[in-house]
Amino acid sequence: MIRTLQDHDVHLGIDFFMEYTIVSLLKDGDRIAGAFGYDRERGRFHLFRAKAVVLATGGIGRAYKITSNSWEYTGDGHALAYHAGASLMDMEFVQFHPTGMIWPPSVRGILVTEGVRGEGGVLRNKDGRRFMFDDIPPAYANQTSNTEEEGWRYTQGDKNARRPPELLTRDHVARCIRREVREGRGSPHGGVFLDIAWIRDRIPNAAEHIKKKLPSMYHQFKQLADIDITVEPMEVGPTTHYMMGGVRVDPDSQMSDVPGLFAAGECGAGLHGANRLGGNSLSDLLVFGKRAGQYAACFAKENSFGTIHSSEVAEAEKQTLAPFEHNGTEGPYAVQQALQDMMQDLVGIVRQEKEMLLALDRIQEFKARAERVGVTGNREYNPGWHTAIDLNNLLTVSEMVTRAALERKESRGAHFRDDFPGKDDKFSSLNIVVRKGPAGEMQIRREPIPEMPLELKQIIEEMK
Amino acid sequence: MSTATFRIWRGAKGAGKFQDYTTEVSSGMVVLDAVHRIQAEQANNLAVRWNCKAGKCGSCSAEINGMPKLMCMTRLNSLPLEQPVTIEPMKAFPHVKDLVTDVSWNYSVKKSIAEFKPRPPDGPDGTWRMAQKDADRVQEFRKCIECFLCQDVCHVLRDHRMHDEFIGPRFLVYVAALEMNPLDVQDRIPTLRKQYGIGLCNITKCCTKVCPESITITDNAIIPLKERVVDRFFDPMTKLFRVFSGSPR
Repeated sequence: MIRTLQDHDVHLGIDFFMEYTIVSLLKDGDRIAGAFGYDRERGRFHLFRAKAVVLATGGIGRAYKITSNSWEYTGDGHALAYHAGASLMDMEFVQFHPTGMIWPPSVRGILVTEGVRGEGGVLRNKDGRRFMFDDIPPAYANQTSNTEEEGWRYTQGDKNARRPPELLTRDHVARCIRREVREGRGSPHGGVFLDIAWIRDRIPNAAEHIKKKLPSMYHQFKQLADIDITVEPMEVGPTTHYMMGGVRVDPDSQMSDVPGLFAAGECGAGLHGANRLGGNSLSDLLVFGKRAGQYAACFAKENSFGTIHSSEVAEAEKQTLAPFEHNGTEGPYAVQQALQDMMQDLVGIVRQEKEMLLALDRIQEFKARAERVGVTGNREYNPGWHTAIDLNNLLTVSEMVTRAALERKESRGAHFRDDFPGKDDKFSSLNIVVRKGPAGEMQIRREPIPEMPLELKQIIEEMK
Repeated sequence: MSTATFRIWRGAKGAGKFQDYTTEVSSGMVVLDAVHRIQAEQANNLAVRWNCKAGKCGSCSAEINGMPKLMCMTRLNSLPLEQPVTIEPMKAFPHVKDLVTDVSWNYSVKKSIAEFKPRPPDGPDGTWRMAQKDADRVQEFRKCIECFLCQDVCHVLRDHRMHDEFIGPRFLVYVAALEMNPLDVQDRIPTLRKQYGIGLCNITKCCTKVCPESITITDNAIIPLKERVVDRFFDPMTKLFRVFSGSPR
């Protein structure tokens, strides 16, 4: 899909700025006036005057040690919007995908698609037990099969069969895997077994079938782990995968509460509630990416350019170059890794107040360390420098996640609190909203969720 | 945990030298892991382009022990670690820094290729129908991740630097995907012969050998395109027909 879009776009006369990083959004009064950044190749500064800006920066996976996300997912758009004064919401909802690769260590976190379970793959612990049958949440009991036989029929397209428990929501499967591992029933490298090879007992030519249905998974394991998934089970464990929280936007236009600032995809919030379902991210991008572009273009047509204040640009330049001024008492990678370890431990799949309060203290320490981060070399393609700059965004989003997670004193969707393991009705009608306060402090507020429009209620009724 | 030495090209804009880094290696590591460890622990400013680390994005192309490869898909246990592992940037493109090259030439080539132009929809539902066989044929070419390793190894580009006369295997695959799509009505055969320089390829199959997606570049893309050019311009019967009918070449 990306290539098809690219193949088409190159003929449209659009300017592409590849390998550019935006470090600051510039404003004229309340509204967006432009963006300031640098190109990674030469390290030169660039100032973009803009009537409208669309954020499409993806998620925050790099705030965690184990993630399916690439190096770029440092919450840049989340942090840019926050500093520009936009509201963010649902930041406590971080999705941990149940099946990431866990061995060899170098591939830990890389995604193993839900498709494996969709094609009949099953989860087993070291004793060979399909532990997902042991804990089916009551709310899903009537949609979930209670026999292996029925689950198998579902994966083979039987419309009358109910789905196997392996296909329960991602947060639940991730927590079940965590439980098996913690209670000593995990696989040798600290995960559980995901087995698709077993379908050879059910269908002829199973190996060919698996290769045809899951070609990239077959190659991924063959090449990276020396494992033939048509013969042996995979070892998998939870991996940070998707951020439900982000910039609060108008659902029609995708505009944030900063005029001219739009957000689409993972860095926007609202569409996936507390827990995204498989496949919905792509639909989100197609529908709301298009809307963001359309409305941003309308906004740009209807408005004139704002004024860019040179003092703001000078300040952004100074901030961006700061790591070169320090004498390198701290390395950017060391601080980044320490932050990732801490977030994984204290604000991960299962959370509790005591640990999250500790996390806030640690974030303050990391902020102090980040101030001292120094880099060597020059500005040309210098990953150390880039990491030092991205680190500030990671710290900002880590703090947002932690504060929002502290505020939601219940368990809902991807957010699970050991100290509040159940849903609380009080929280069902409110979002946790994060905003930058006048003195630069991070404000956390509970705000009511607007009532669902009548036409949507009707659709839900009709679907029941 | 044992150690291994990596001999990495350091420098900018073509100038530079190899520098040795010894680092810890563990079971299951790929070359990119070692580069990252060196970057984090010994050389923070070591430039390397990468993204997915799963062989899907095509960013981390380099020459490992002289072979064009993806760093993320080259496992250390496939290399002799008793001697230093050399890692160099791709040579067919202008050097930027360390392991990073400027591959923007490829994007300008893509821009020059006439885009997909489908015939008007003729299915009963206002769309098109396509045979599975035709979809499969094109699908092989669509697997390309644009790592440009085939461009790097191609002697027409690498040694003869004919970037202005020849679009390289990657884009012959791209043209093949368009030309062999039964919905497409654009004619790229004359351009293939002239501007795209397909005749310069002398089918040494090096591109096929280095393709991490195992696309049969030479046999399935380039040779059929060469045949189409030959049929159009060099078929003796057609030539004879042209002589008598007086139609232009």
